[in-house]
Amino acid sequence: MNPCQFDGARRGFFKKSAAVAALYLTPSVLVKTFAADSLVPMPIAKENLKFILNGKPVALEIDARTTMLNLLREEIGYTGTKKGCEMGQCGACTIHVNGKRIKSCTQLALNHQNNQITTIEGLAKGDQLHPMQAAFLKNDAFQCGYCTSGQIMSAVACVREGKATSRTSIQAYMDTNICRCGAYQNIVDAIVEVAKSGAKI
Amino acid sequence: MNNINLNKNNTNLFKLDFADERVDGADKVTGKAKYTAEYNLPNMAYGVFVTSTIAKGTIKNIDTAKALSSPGVLDVIYYANCPSVPGYLTNAAERPKNVSEWRGHKVLYDNQVRFFGQPIALIVADSLENANAAIRLVRAEYESQAFETNFDVVRKDPAKLKGTVAYKRGTENAFKSAPVFVEAEYAIPAEVHLPMEMHASIAFWEGEDKVTLYDKTQGPKSTQTSIARTFGLQDKNVRVIAENVGGGFGSGLRSWANVPAAVIAAKKLNRPVKIVLTRPQMFSLVGYRPQSWQKIGIGADASGRFIGITHEAISGTSRYEDFREGIVNVSKFLYASENVDTKYSLLPLDMSTPVWMRGPGEATGSYGLESAIDELSYKLKMDPIELRLKNFTTINPENKMSFSDINLKDCYAYGQEKIGWKNRPSTPGTLKENGWLIGYGMANGVFGAGKGSASVRALLNKEGKLTLECAVSDMGPGTTTSMTIIAANAMQMPIEKVKFKLGDSDLPPGPSQGGSGTTSTVGSAVDLACSTLKQNLKDLAIKLAPAFANLKSDALDVKNEMVLAIADPNIKITIVDLLQLSPDKQLDLTIASSGKTAEQLKFTSNSFSSHYVKVAVNPKDGTIKILQVVTTGDAGKIISPKTARSQMIGGVVGGIGMALTEQLEMDHVSGQIINASFGAYHVPLHSQIPPTDVWFVDKPDVNMNSIGAKGIGEIALIGFAAAVTNAVYNATGKRVRDLPITPAKLGFKAKA
Repeated sequence: MNPCQFDGARRGFFKKSAAVAALYLTPSVLVKTFAADSLVPMPIAKENLKFILNGKPVALEIDARTTMLNLLREEIGYTGTKKGCEMGQCGACTIHVNGKRIKSCTQLALNHQNNQITTIEGLAKGDQLHPMQAAFLKNDAFQCGYCTSGQIMSAVACVREGKATSRTSIQAYMDTNICRCGAYQNIVDAIVEVAKSGAKI
Repeated sequence: MNNINLNKNNTNLFKLDFADERVDGADKVTGKAKYTAEYNLPNMAYGVFVTSTIAKGTIKNIDTAKALSSPGVLDVIYYANCPSVPGYLTNAAERPKNVSEWRGHKVLYDNQVRFFGQPIALIVADSLENANAAIRLVRAEYESQAFETNFDVVRKDPAKLKGTVAYKRGTENAFKSAPVFVEAEYAIPAEVHLPMEMHASIAFWEGEDKVTLYDKTQGPKSTQTSIARTFGLQDKNVRVIAENVGGGFGSGLRSWANVPAAVIAAKKLNRPVKIVLTRPQMFSLVGYRPQSWQKIGIGADASGRFIGITHEAISGTSRYEDFREGIVNVSKFLYASENVDTKYSLLPLDMSTPVWMRGPGEATGSYGLESAIDELSYKLKMDPIELRLKNFTTINPENKMSFSDINLKDCYAYGQEKIGWKNRPSTPGTLKENGWLIGYGMANGVFGAGKGSASVRALLNKEGKLTLECAVSDMGPGTTTSMTIIAANAMQMPIEKVKFKLGDSDLPPGPSQGGSGTTSTVGSAVDLACSTLKQNLKDLAIKLAPAFANLKSDALDVKNEMVLAIADPNIKITIVDLLQLSPDKQLDLTIASSGKTAEQLKFTSNSFSSHYVKVAVNPKDGTIKILQVVTTGDAGKIISPKTARSQMIGGVVGGIGMALTEQLEMDHVSGQIINASFGAYHVPLHSQIPPTDVWFVDKPDVNMNSIGAKGIGEIALIGFAAAVTNAVYNATGKRVRDLPITPAKLGFKAKA
């Protein structure tokens, strides 16, 4: 991941962020006396962002506060990446950044200048499902389908990183991704199948 | 038992070898399937709730000035500036005729705070970022009042209970007269549904009296009715779309604050408004399984025959609304016992209102009942399966009617064999493997199998493709797939040529998806629509195709996309050719299927399950590992084997959470939930899931409906928690009677 480039406008934004962060850390008694009063409306900082999304360059001006997840879903219209908690706890928003899985809900989009982003929409080649997508379908590795994008993105990373060596190691790697419908057994079955097939993913 | 003659035209019992993948599965693995929050309408604004920071009291003032001056904020809606909502009026005389009072908390309506985290204002802004940034700029001043959130303390005061309902068959407390009996208390904390998709609504007024809603709901029709009645609109002017529903487990069975709030805001601002709850709000604004306390007494004679069952229960509800469920119901009918008495009361607390959560009250009650039976089996020195067999009945002892079908004995046979029941130690705490204590446990589940009303439109077009429509929803069980299978099977046509559309209130009316009733209710309607379609095709052939002119319709068959004569298959016409002869070039019909027939009503119908668990407990620190699960279902004909199996393994996962990890935790000083995140409320994860073997009896219940199918969703979970706790007792000899069983509750002393 690229470190942020600190131009003038950005520094201004981060200063304000720091001030707000300091408030969160202030003991609650003090907050009671001045928190609401001292908070003032913040101006919107607009920033330019360029990155590669599923192989295609994207350039746009964004609100500096936008998370990568909200940018994908609300601004770009790529809703395959799901919002499940916005706290980095459920994994529904998992995407790949420069080949590594990452939870997009806790990432400011601006931290991803020039990065290679892959979302669930970027896995299939036309109508040809990615082997992991095909294995999820075959093994019924989902019910409602809402955590599925994140599970598949993590599952692909699991195999690529060589962690799909046993059911136990797959489960440990995949503990980052919650499925409330409880399709876990089928998800692991799908990953085992892809790992065993030796398919290039 | 199976001697009922079904209406011949309405019988399409199964033989089936289709590819069994979900028909909508490709959309879900590619991210194409759209869920509620994923629709972006032109000029759409974003609404976020500001929530109360006290549990009970009055809002003296809300200062919205700073929020209103924050960039992009369009409005801050709260009780002082909320447009009037006809269904919010409490006085019936003031309400227009087509309006009913909104059930539950009237969001943005008054200055009363009823629970911690209650929405007190809605910020509407032009972007999500701008809306979120303004939340902390809204300042509320409150006058707090004393509140009660501590179920364990408050329930001990009988004066605080309400709505007590009692039942008695035979003698009260008869268990005490039995030579062997147990009496014990069981507790379950509040648990939260937490579907992965958060509740969301997008409202858009298309005119003065016409609104469209994208909503996460298990019932497009029920949401339509609820909004129409609340806002005084005609049903046809309220359209509710829920094409894909990312889980529900009950939380989507009614409309919560986000729904009217979006409708109100969209009207006030005259533009589409989207509200998506946050994960913490998912803990307090869309229901939960209420905390409960049960006391069960059960006694038997020396042979194991039950003498009496006494089941008392209390469950929590909100101060402003009563929520009750079937906690004590299973004790009345699953086992033969002449004497049964039950008592069930509600305990109002200053919390939001609970709602049915998977398995609902029956899951709560079965944890108690199936635990108590297990305890009794040890006192009797009898195998718990044998004890259940001793009290097996094919007649429901509560209503004295025959079960339409019951095959629990087959489940016992399969489960025992597969889990290795013969290795179960009859003395608990005596079997060890690799230094861990090993135990085996089992428990049963049961849930009513209903069949309600539904309408289905069937359109067979000139290309021979069949489209079926019903305003039901699919929150994950695979309703779209099951209905497609039923239709393809009934028509004996390729599954690729059948499409089932749901998730839109504009379609013919269907039920809410809940109570394990969808497959039976909508499946029967689909089956009836297909039977009618086949009859129409036969009639058309006789009327329009010369080769059929002298044949009677009962001499014809419809299969392989053709109408043909049974006696002479050379007399045939393809459906496409036949429709070409017809005036409309297509068949388009809508049929209504009603509840059970008089014949079906002679029986009482239930789905049953029996769960088997092998656990290992580390005697050093009490760590519990579930090693193996066998779960069996007796739910009639299994329509879609692959998705049915997934429902069962999902129930097992839910049951593991109930048994071992899930607990809503409150701080009773402030009255707030303190673990409102996936980081602190522990739902089961990948590594906690054992190999699970699923087995179905898979026998059509011909006394139930034309397709022979019953529901699975609830029985997958009901009883499972008790199977785990019974196994833990078998492993350790320690009986924990309050869920979840944590290592600490087992009381093993950790040694350094």
